[in-house]
Amino acid sequence: MSKPSDLVQGTLDMLILKIVALEPLNGWAISQRLKQISGDVLAVSDGSLYPALHKLERRGWIRAEWKPSENNRRAKYYSPTRLGRKQLERESANWNRVSAAISGIVKLEQA
Amino acid sequence: MNLEQWFYSLPVRFRTFFHRKQADQEIQAELRQHLDRQVSENTAKGMSPDEARRSAMIALGGVTQIEQQCREARGNNALDDLARDLHYGFRQLWRSPGFSALAILCLTLGIGANAAVFSWVEGILFRPYPLVAHQERIYAVAGTVQGQTNGDFLSWPDFLDLRRNCTFCEDAFVTSITGSTLNVGDHAEVTTGSIVSANYFEAIGVHPVLGRAFQAGEDVGSDSRPVVVISYQFWRDRFNSDPQIIGQTQRLKNVPHTIIGVAPEGFYGTFVGRAIQFWVPASMEETFHGGGYKLEDRGARWIESYVRLKPGVSRAQAQAQISAFAARLQNDYPATNRGRSIKLWALWETPFNHAGELLPILEVMVAVVAFVLLIACANVGNLLLLRAFVRRHEMSVRLAIGASRLRLVKQLLSEGLILSALGTVGGLLIAYACRHALVLLLPTGVGSSMYLPGQMDTRVIAMSIGLCLLVTLMVGIIPAFQTRHLDVAGPLKADSSSVVGARGRAWIRSGLVVFQVSLSFILLVGAALLLESLQRIRTTSPGFSTTNVAVTGVSLVAAGYELPRARTFQNELIDRLSGLPGIESSAFAAVTPLGYMTYPSSPIAVDGYQPSPDEQPELEYNQVGPAYFATLGIPLLSGREFVRSDDESAPLVAIVNRTMMMRYWSGQDPIGLRLQVKGRWARVVGVATDSKYESMSESPKPFFYLPLEQDPSREPDLNIRTTQPLDTTLAAVLHEVHALDQDLTLYETITLHEQVNRATSPQLVAVTLVSLLAGLALVLAAVGLYGVMSYTVAQSSRELGLRMALGAGADNLLRLVLSRGLRLTGAGILFGTVIALALTRLLGKILYHVSPHDPLLFGAALVVMTVAAIFACLLPAWRAARTDSARVLRE
Repeated sequence: MSKPSDLVQGTLDMLILKIVALEPLNGWAISQRLKQISGDVLAVSDGSLYPALHKLERRGWIRAEWKPSENNRRAKYYSPTRLGRKQLERESANWNRVSAAISGIVKLEQA
Repeated sequence: MNLEQWFYSLPVRFRTFFHRKQADQEIQAELRQHLDRQVSENTAKGMSPDEARRSAMIALGGVTQIEQQCREARGNNALDDLARDLHYGFRQLWRSPGFSALAILCLTLGIGANAAVFSWVEGILFRPYPLVAHQERIYAVAGTVQGQTNGDFLSWPDFLDLRRNCTFCEDAFVTSITGSTLNVGDHAEVTTGSIVSANYFEAIGVHPVLGRAFQAGEDVGSDSRPVVVISYQFWRDRFNSDPQIIGQTQRLKNVPHTIIGVAPEGFYGTFVGRAIQFWVPASMEETFHGGGYKLEDRGARWIESYVRLKPGVSRAQAQAQISAFAARLQNDYPATNRGRSIKLWALWETPFNHAGELLPILEVMVAVVAFVLLIACANVGNLLLLRAFVRRHEMSVRLAIGASRLRLVKQLLSEGLILSALGTVGGLLIAYACRHALVLLLPTGVGSSMYLPGQMDTRVIAMSIGLCLLVTLMVGIIPAFQTRHLDVAGPLKADSSSVVGARGRAWIRSGLVVFQVSLSFILLVGAALLLESLQRIRTTSPGFSTTNVAVTGVSLVAAGYELPRARTFQNELIDRLSGLPGIESSAFAAVTPLGYMTYPSSPIAVDGYQPSPDEQPELEYNQVGPAYFATLGIPLLSGREFVRSDDESAPLVAIVNRTMMMRYWSGQDPIGLRLQVKGRWARVVGVATDSKYESMSESPKPFFYLPLEQDPSREPDLNIRTTQPLDTTLAAVLHEVHALDQDLTLYETITLHEQVNRATSPQLVAVTLVSLLAGLALVLAAVGLYGVMSYTVAQSSRELGLRMALGAGADNLLRLVLSRGLRLTGAGILFGTVIALALTRLLGKILYHVSPHDPLLFGAALVVMTVAAIFACLLPAWRAARTDSARVLRE
């Protein structure tokens, strides 16, 4: 399985952070949410979701907790740490700036 | 990573590392749940169970790979690998216990020697005073005389002025070593004490566990405050830890002192080399030292002083201020201070205790143990190299199945780490056991009264751990280097054996042997130089005869003798002794040469001698009784000895030594001329030959003698020239002493020969230590040489068999192997000689009348090294000569 490119990788981190920042979710729910949000545009395979989750956990951006899920089985729920929320803010601001700049350039070419 | 990130990330890492199984299970459970959800979703969409499962698996991807990716994402591979490497390394080492034990033994000795010397350096030089606060800012303060480099004492008024004027000093305090005799049963026991300024305990931050320290003002006046603080050991041993001790009295120098405090356990005072047992205030100085009241005498120099600089003040800054202050003193008090300056000394250079004389020895020791460790490392490196070669199959296989070279190197390093860690533990235990061993090397008599503790503190342990890591790198990197030559196919193919003379890969091993031989040769040279120096210093004539002279003392002060009574007693005893068989002559003298007592000194003036403007001549002298020169065997060049009639009512007289005659009378016979001592004029009545006064290695210095009767000392030593054995003399003297007074006892009696031996004990310590370590190094180097030669012979059995089959005799093979071994040795000696020629200069401070490049001693070291090398090669050579050509060639 090929590794996602850096752009997608970084984006994936941000997306995951954003999703779990809304409410603590388990892996399955995150994968469903990812598909809903990004549709087919960002084809995030479930295979790359889980390593990304563990990487974020190791970095201390999200924390995991085993809790009963809606069907009463224990599942691993992820939520952002304070550090993660800060990272999300930083990344979002960054993203907005860069995407604004890029779309500016793109529009310029169109004109 | 910043701190906050660590804060969040560390728990995860720890969990992953220490609860690996659980973490793995959680990853599996998580993925299984995901699959199950997907399957039920698929089933709900109408797939068959099989199809649902298959489709779910495809959607997720390879479960095992994802698990692995998750594990990797969680990280900890480095720690994990290390743990695995260590585990594997232990198994490997366990499998060859002989090799492991030898390697660990080598490293234990190497690291142990280093740790022991570190602990001595720490305990004697760097942190010599347990419990004393901020030792790193404490400096010794000593006076210096223009044109001389050694430091001497300060006077009390100079010290008080210094304390007032030194704004860079946080505090300044005074000590002065002294002693007192306590009667224990039928013999007198000497205890060591310190005369201190009243602020002493406060300044060093040591607080009595019982009672109080001295108060301001207790160091003022003449013999005004007979109070004493005793050491914890003194309190425990002599007073059985009596809790009611405060307020009791203890006689010291026959003066009852009130015990006001007990110092804390583990505090031994501030004098390197001695454990101080009691402290009295400076106001009691006269009682202990005699010689008049000195607290107002700027010319009487007797104190050892220290300052603690304020935080942030550099030594140079403080020195500048103190130098300026000393210049002012010269100006204000030319009569006493002309030509004198004041200098700060680091604690390890302190001129007035044993630190100064131990410093050069310990410096040499640090270098020597470093060499021993390097040799041990080379040995272990060589052993590991041999094993790496034996294990090249295993290594190749590991490379072939995908281990990276880095992993192999890590593996080898972790084996090195295990060995050196075990060696370090062993070494620290050895060092701990040896921390008080330095005094054991001193001759008994000196050793029993000396206190030279090693200090196993965190700094020593940290140094040892640092060494451990360094050793790991050194011994691990050698075989790791060899893995560069490993290729996957090579060793898996048929073995290619080498030949005896072959170069190629064996060069690392040979290089290591050459390295070892060089280092141990250097140590041998050092040991030979020191041994020769000790020999010369001990056979040098001290200027007095060392045979047939015994020295003892009578405990007059402890028995309450005042001066006139003491004088009568001394004369009567001399008269009685002169009638005894075997006793040729006897004489009292204030100071015994080469002892630890310091000589009195006095400013002098000589008719016709014009001192230069910044010179204030001040010389040391001794007070001696009639027949002193005859008793000690010091020849007189002209004039006469002192006689009984040179007493207080007679005109003052003096005897000068030859160097003094040369310097102050330009070599003219000064008999009948005048010499001013302590402001009074005396006539010179004799000239004595030069002798050694304070140390055997001193060069001739001007010195003079005054009659004991005209410059009395209350408790002089008794010198006896006798043809009888020491015990017989001692018994006879004791009998006569008791005939005069039953209550008196004798101090320790020793011969002047023993006195010389004691005075040269630092050299003896250096010789003993260096010889021991040089011997150890020689053995290690020989083992290294033996190992390499045996291995070479074993590896080249085919070649040897072939040579034999072609007609070489056993002696040819013997010579072949021996010559190879000796070539390595020769190369080692060659390198060693070059390095030794540069290094032995460091011994200059300890060597006495021996050139550090003495060719004869280099030759001796060469012979010893060569003989050891021949022994090391003999067994492998013999094995080579017994090669069974038929069997070898068949294989």
